[in-house]
Amino acid sequence: MSFLSGENMVGGYGGADILKGCSIDVNEGEIAVIVGPNGAGKSTAMRALLGMLDLKQGSVQFRGKDISSLSPQDRIAEGIAFVPQTSNVFTSMTVFENLEMGAFLRNDDISETLEQIYELFPILAEKKDQLAGELSGGQRQQVAVGRALMSQPAVLMLDEPTAGVSPIVMDELFDRILEVRQTGVAILMVEQNARQALDIADRGFVLVIGENRHTDTGAALLADPEVRRSFLGG
Amino acid sequence: MEAITDFVSAIVLLLNFIVVPGLSYGSQLALGALGITLVFGILRFANFAHGDTMAFGTMMTILVTWWLQSKGINLGPLPTALLALPLGIAATILLLVMTDRTVYRYYRHSKAVPVTFMIASMGVMFMTNGIVRFVIGPNDQRFLDGERFIVHARNFKSMTGLSEGLSIKVSQGLTIVVAIILVALLFWFLQKTRTGKAMRAYSDNEDLALLSGVDPDRVVLVTWIITAILATIAGTLYGLDKSFKPFTYLQLLLPMFAAAIVGGIGNPIGAIVGGYVIAFSEVMVTYAYKKVFVYLLPQSLEPQGLLQLLSTDYKFAVSFVILVLVLLVRPTGILKGKVL
Repeated sequence: MSFLSGENMVGGYGGADILKGCSIDVNEGEIAVIVGPNGAGKSTAMRALLGMLDLKQGSVQFRGKDISSLSPQDRIAEGIAFVPQTSNVFTSMTVFENLEMGAFLRNDDISETLEQIYELFPILAEKKDQLAGELSGGQRQQVAVGRALMSQPAVLMLDEPTAGVSPIVMDELFDRILEVRQTGVAILMVEQNARQALDIADRGFVLVIGENRHTDTGAALLADPEVRRSFLGG
Repeated sequence: MEAITDFVSAIVLLLNFIVVPGLSYGSQLALGALGITLVFGILRFANFAHGDTMAFGTMMTILVTWWLQSKGINLGPLPTALLALPLGIAATILLLVMTDRTVYRYYRHSKAVPVTFMIASMGVMFMTNGIVRFVIGPNDQRFLDGERFIVHARNFKSMTGLSEGLSIKVSQGLTIVVAIILVALLFWFLQKTRTGKAMRAYSDNEDLALLSGVDPDRVVLVTWIITAILATIAGTLYGLDKSFKPFTYLQLLLPMFAAAIVGGIGNPIGAIVGGYVIAFSEVMVTYAYKKVFVYLLPQSLEPQGLLQLLSTDYKFAVSFVILVLVLLVRPTGILKGKVL
């Protein structure tokens, strides 16, 4: 029984089905990565887990409970945090206010979590009074991940966290994500940089046109000659 | 010595006819533009009903004022309307929340485009306008009581010995003081409170705000409540300062929209800046400067004409010209607002 799982999901955004029976799951303290070619439905699969599209078939389970009928807001309240690929910070608000918004649903003292975030991303402590819109791409991604972590989620979902950042920043982000895993959070990621992502992943899902093609540990997928040839460029 | 007196007289003239009226009219526009900019920022449409919301709020305040006056209740030197404001505001909140429930909510749930909202708001505008004309009639209503002046021109003259008088009406002083308090409260609310931050977040990035757990219905409700407060107070202050006539409030829509857009729509500070820019431009280009120059220039250079750039009949053209200029040169407004 997985912590968060979508089973046999079928659906799309109203038109043709994008997901044609794909299954994704992630456990506590684990990094799961969804990779695959463009248009495979990677982001859609993640959005389906969050309830941002109506599923025709299949179900989403969280902590052993069927959450298929819950709205995205209700799923967030249950402990799932999501970092969209784009527009993932409040540009007109300060870094501190962005983090504060992440803890919007919490009524307890957030200062300890805030300290943890600042420890994880020291640059955020330094720039806490600066508007998030004035930060560089890599710093923004850190704000975005920090905002999501402020809710103390059980599951953190990241939609291409390294899109548009330099390779150095990408390595650093992946390091931070590994640190987040240490805290026991389940991490589900969609990634374009498949090789690097599978490198840090406990498990990988290779999607092709809305279906699971390969599912295995990150290392095994990296070693699989077919996966290497088709999806990792040899 | 005479040169100095002349110079001071010229300054007093400018204070009396430009600075004081500009500040009070600017404050009224700023409060109106704040309402427009809030609705635009949160609900994402240009609310054409805002002028008539102001008219409705003012009408309710006037009705309560009359009732209070008939009971012999007043505020001494201050206008009784201040006492009536809370009830006027409550009625306006009720109106706005009801129109949201019956009109805008439907379009919000069906994810209508902003243009649909704007057209719907025009319908609301005509409806509100109809209600106001039906209840209080299309004519001028005066409801100002209490003291008329803080500084009276005649007293100013006898006090200073100058030939030019400076007068500050109670309504003008009140407008400026109330506007400062209201704006300070609004900014405190938006910057410091949980709900205020949720509103800013929702305005900045709706999807991300929802992902953070912000309740959209609550944000919308609070937005309408604040809009009602701003509109009623702005309308009442304008009515006290000039007079109340439903049609004038419809006309106010243009300078208020100009103020909101010039300042940068969706940006509250921009709305305030825009309000004063529009008000001062209007007052300055329609003022006849002849007397000022008579004081400043030697007699031989005394101007012949009125030295008025534009007749007051064309004052609405001023907001329009500024609007067009700003949109051409800087489409985001003076302070960076949303691009229309």
